[in-house]
Amino acid sequence: MTLNHFLDLALGRLDWHALPFWEMIEQPTLSHIVNGSIVTAAASLVVLGALATVVLITRFGKWRVLWSDWLTSVDHKRIGIMFIVVALVMLARAIIEAVFMRAQQAVGLDGGFLSAEHFGEFFTTHGTIMVFFMAMPFLTGVINYVMPLQIGARDLSFPVMNSVSLGLTAAGAALIMVSLVLTPFSTGGWSGYPPFTEASFNPGAGVDYWIWAVTLSSLGSTMTGINFAVTIYKERAPGMHLFRMPLFCWTALCTSILMIFAMPPLTVATAMLALDRYLDFHFFTQDLGGDMMNYVNLFWLFGHPEVYILILPAFGVFSEVFSTFSGKRLYGYKGLVIATMCIAVLSFTVWLHHFFTMGQSPSINAAFGIATMLIGVPTGVKIYDWMLTMYRGRVRLTIPMVYALGFLILFVLGGMTGILLANPSIDYQVHNTLFLVAHFHNMLVPGLLFGMLAGYQMWFPKAFGFRLETRWGYRAAYAWIAGFILAFFPLYALGLLGMPRRAVGFIEPAYLPWTIIAGIGALVVLFALFSLVMQFWLSLRHRHENRVPVGDPWDGRSLEWATPAPVPEYNFPVTPEVSSRDAFMREKDLGQAYQRPAEYRDITMPANSALGPILTVTGFLMAFGLVWYLWWLVLLAGVASVGALIARSFVRRTTKVISAEEVRETHEAWLRQVDETQAVKRDKEQDTSNRGRPAAPVSGAVQ
Amino acid sequence: MSDSQRQSDTIDENERRHELGSYLWGYGLALALTLVPFALVAWSGWPRVTLLWAIGGFALVQVVVHFRFFLHISLARQKREDLHLILFSTLILVLMVGGTLWIIFNLYGRMVPELLP
Amino acid sequence: MTATPSRHPGLNLGRAHQEAHDACEVLVFGFWVFMMSDLIIFGLLFANYVTQLDALAGGPGPGELFEMKSAFLETLLLLTSSFTYGLASYCLKYRHGRGWLTAWLGVTLLLGLAFIGFELHDFHKMAGEGGVPSRSGFLSAFFALVPLHGLHVASACLWMVVLMVQMCVHGLDTGVKTGLVRLGLLWHFLDIVWVGIFSLVYLGGLA
Ligand code: HEM
Ligand SMILES: [Cu+2]
Repeated sequence: MTLNHFLDLALGRLDWHALPFWEMIEQPTLSHIVNGSIVTAAASLVVLGALATVVLITRFGKWRVLWSDWLTSVDHKRIGIMFIVVALVMLARAIIEAVFMRAQQAVGLDGGFLSAEHFGEFFTTHGTIMVFFMAMPFLTGVINYVMPLQIGARDLSFPVMNSVSLGLTAAGAALIMVSLVLTPFSTGGWSGYPPFTEASFNPGAGVDYWIWAVTLSSLGSTMTGINFAVTIYKERAPGMHLFRMPLFCWTALCTSILMIFAMPPLTVATAMLALDRYLDFHFFTQDLGGDMMNYVNLFWLFGHPEVYILILPAFGVFSEVFSTFSGKRLYGYKGLVIATMCIAVLSFTVWLHHFFTMGQSPSINAAFGIATMLIGVPTGVKIYDWMLTMYRGRVRLTIPMVYALGFLILFVLGGMTGILLANPSIDYQVHNTLFLVAHFHNMLVPGLLFGMLAGYQMWFPKAFGFRLETRWGYRAAYAWIAGFILAFFPLYALGLLGMPRRAVGFIEPAYLPWTIIAGIGALVVLFALFSLVMQFWLSLRHRHENRVPVGDPWDGRSLEWATPAPVPEYNFPVTPEVSSRDAFMREKDLGQAYQRPAEYRDITMPANSALGPILTVTGFLMAFGLVWYLWWLVLLAGVASVGALIARSFVRRTTKVISAEEVRETHEAWLRQVDETQAVKRDKEQDTSNRGRPAAPVSGAVQ
Repeated sequence: MSDSQRQSDTIDENERRHELGSYLWGYGLALALTLVPFALVAWSGWPRVTLLWAIGGFALVQVVVHFRFFLHISLARQKREDLHLILFSTLILVLMVGGTLWIIFNLYGRMVPELLP
Repeated sequence: MTATPSRHPGLNLGRAHQEAHDACEVLVFGFWVFMMSDLIIFGLLFANYVTQLDALAGGPGPGELFEMKSAFLETLLLLTSSFTYGLASYCLKYRHGRGWLTAWLGVTLLLGLAFIGFELHDFHKMAGEGGVPSRSGFLSAFFALVPLHGLHVASACLWMVVLMVQMCVHGLDTGVKTGLVRLGLLWHFLDIVWVGIFSLVYLGGLA
């Protein structure tokens, strides 16, 4: 075996060309230098960021803590937090990419600074990250943290599987990050339509990065869905009937059902595309009987339910926000539950509206168009319920409430444009234009991102024991709203003017004013992101003034507020008994909150497991090997994954016991603290005097 | 402990016989429902469309038999999360598969008629 | 846990296995959910297969490639294995001793392996006649659907071996028992999928 031969085997198709600066060294044209420098800078950021993390952890000697308290932890709260960390990191990257795209189009008349190839990578990574590695982990993290607490459970049904879900998602995110260093990424958009993504048009590593990142994420999400659904079915506290669950849990349930049934079509689609590319199958090729329309159909069988996976949890968060910060119980609870279920089922009947123009007969288009418009009905019900929740309430304009109000108005506008698009004849005019881009951002930014950010603001004190700073918090909230409006409303106009989506440049001067406004909007969004960072930083610095150890800073209604902040590992010293909706609010009303349990018992909790981190590494390596044709690595990592699963199945000591004594001590100490804490009125809730113990509302207030 | 144990033993005895019977019935029925369609295809000489309907019918019945006798899923019982789950999954499956066939064959009819069956 | 413990009435271990019976409650439900998710995958591959039936691109079709005899044999093998797994569950539930349990599991395993053997032989023969996935859309669809089922059977066999080893190491403890119940679900489920395959793919193709 010659050296070359060996290198071929060892390195697959990796070579110098994968380095982001290689092209600009080989052919130093202006365009190559500009684009190459941008990618190189990004790649350096990734590498330096990773190095800095390693150095910092070592410097502070935190490896052990990281390993035993976080990576191997199967505590739903810690896993939830880690999901959100992944989401926030990816959010930052995707927003920066969005700003680059907007900047390009703001100067895109007759050119611009980005190459078409590079712009393609930008919208592909932006879309893929936002959907699979920002939105999905964010909502998974929030549900992970909040849902078990709200139903009075100790953990999810399958805590180790939860950690594996996190691992697979993180592995996919890492793969996308690595694609900045060993380029390129796909240019096929977040939907990856063949035949463009087939080997005949795109033989390089880019599409393979996309396939495996998405596949890892979809496997992780399927497991997450199963875990959440089973938890909600099986782990509810005594008395917590389904119709006593907080609305957030309902939306979590519906979202997980959608995950269970909607991720498989995506897995099938990406796996088939992979078979086409790797083993010369002919599912979607242009020759030998392949049919790319099958891909489109499969992808949207996933894609439409996916948008409801993204939006329903945010609906849940907003329901909690509206009722908490209006000091009122949720108006029309049953209606909201039924509307949520209707949306979940209907979302499986409308997928064709994403390809009205594919060529099927008008009657099919009409059927799916009508089904699409029908979804507007339950959604409308929700909007009214939220408004009526505020009606005659004592509305407090806290930060989550700002997001919620922004959502309410913007989402209705976005919904209107959705109804327009549901009409096939209109869709024929504007599909594939920026009108569509404006529409779905109008749904996803208020309907997903605002929801998650509102949830982050509201539950942060629960998770970390101190409130977030408010000045930068408000700035961030208003900047998100303003930035969104500036960045996306012009796109409606651009779409109607005929500007196609995914276009690197244009020759029509009439577009220019609009793209410039949109570019300014993107800068405002960037400022919003910066404000969030500032808020976090300041909150961290002033955490001692803002502590809320009693754990109920907002006069909350559901069970999670009945626990200390931060929440102990076992959640509740004794499993709570529930007798009504808004369980904790009822306890407070009856003066029965913060009671001493009659007796403490030992608590059995799931023990740490290394399976999650192991599968993160092997999953990542397998995917990486597949991208670069490192077959030895694929084999090794594959065997290691199966081996780890088998080894895990032999483990019998999967639980640990927290002694009754320890529980008693912690809980009694907290109860003492509750007694010593001054209760504050609602007008002081964003004040340092708020220690997490709310004063009873003024009598006569609408409940 | 031993008392309740004895009590449950008698119930178990009935259940035991019932369960064994269930597997035997399941096997017998499934065998029959397999043999017939194979025989029909091999020897009946029926027209293709009739055959296809027959095969489909036998398959459906056999699936039900498997659910009933091997997986012990029945319609009559109290609170059955698994039954609800299966029915809901069937609904989704019908929507997805039915929708796919409808859309794709309609498309073939308009664009690539040679792919129609 | 819920206040009113709703014991899983389907495949179960029965009251005599208190601890494992309780543990099954959540595990079995979770496994059902997983299988239904998997069912969607199979359903979509079936649908895809049907849309590709005429995408032969001049290559060989069902008439030339499929053989009734081996399809029939495979069906019998798998069906019988489903039955013998049932007997294994029966022995487990009513404590007929480790010997019987192991014996029935062993028979099931052999039947499963024989099934895989025949299937591989089929594929090999198809390949000899030009029936490879790269030949046409139809063959691609076939080789996505049928081998995926085979892969499931193979994984189930591996799982069975692992459980048998666990039985040697840990004895018939809760972990093994719940594993056997779940594997049983999977095994019967795979037979149901096979009913679809032999009916639609093989009989439908040969009719
Ligand atoms: C808030 C700031 C955001 C900005 C400024 C922004 C900007 C953009 C831009 C400029 C494009 C390319 C449009 C084109 O095709 O010409 C795009 C595409 C896209 N964005 Fe965003 N976006 C933002 C947030 C989000 C969020 C929150 C999501 C999802 C959760 C998202 C999902 C997508 C998707 C799926 C695409 C399509 C990618 C493709 O064409 O394949 N974006 N966005
Ligand atoms: Cu849609």
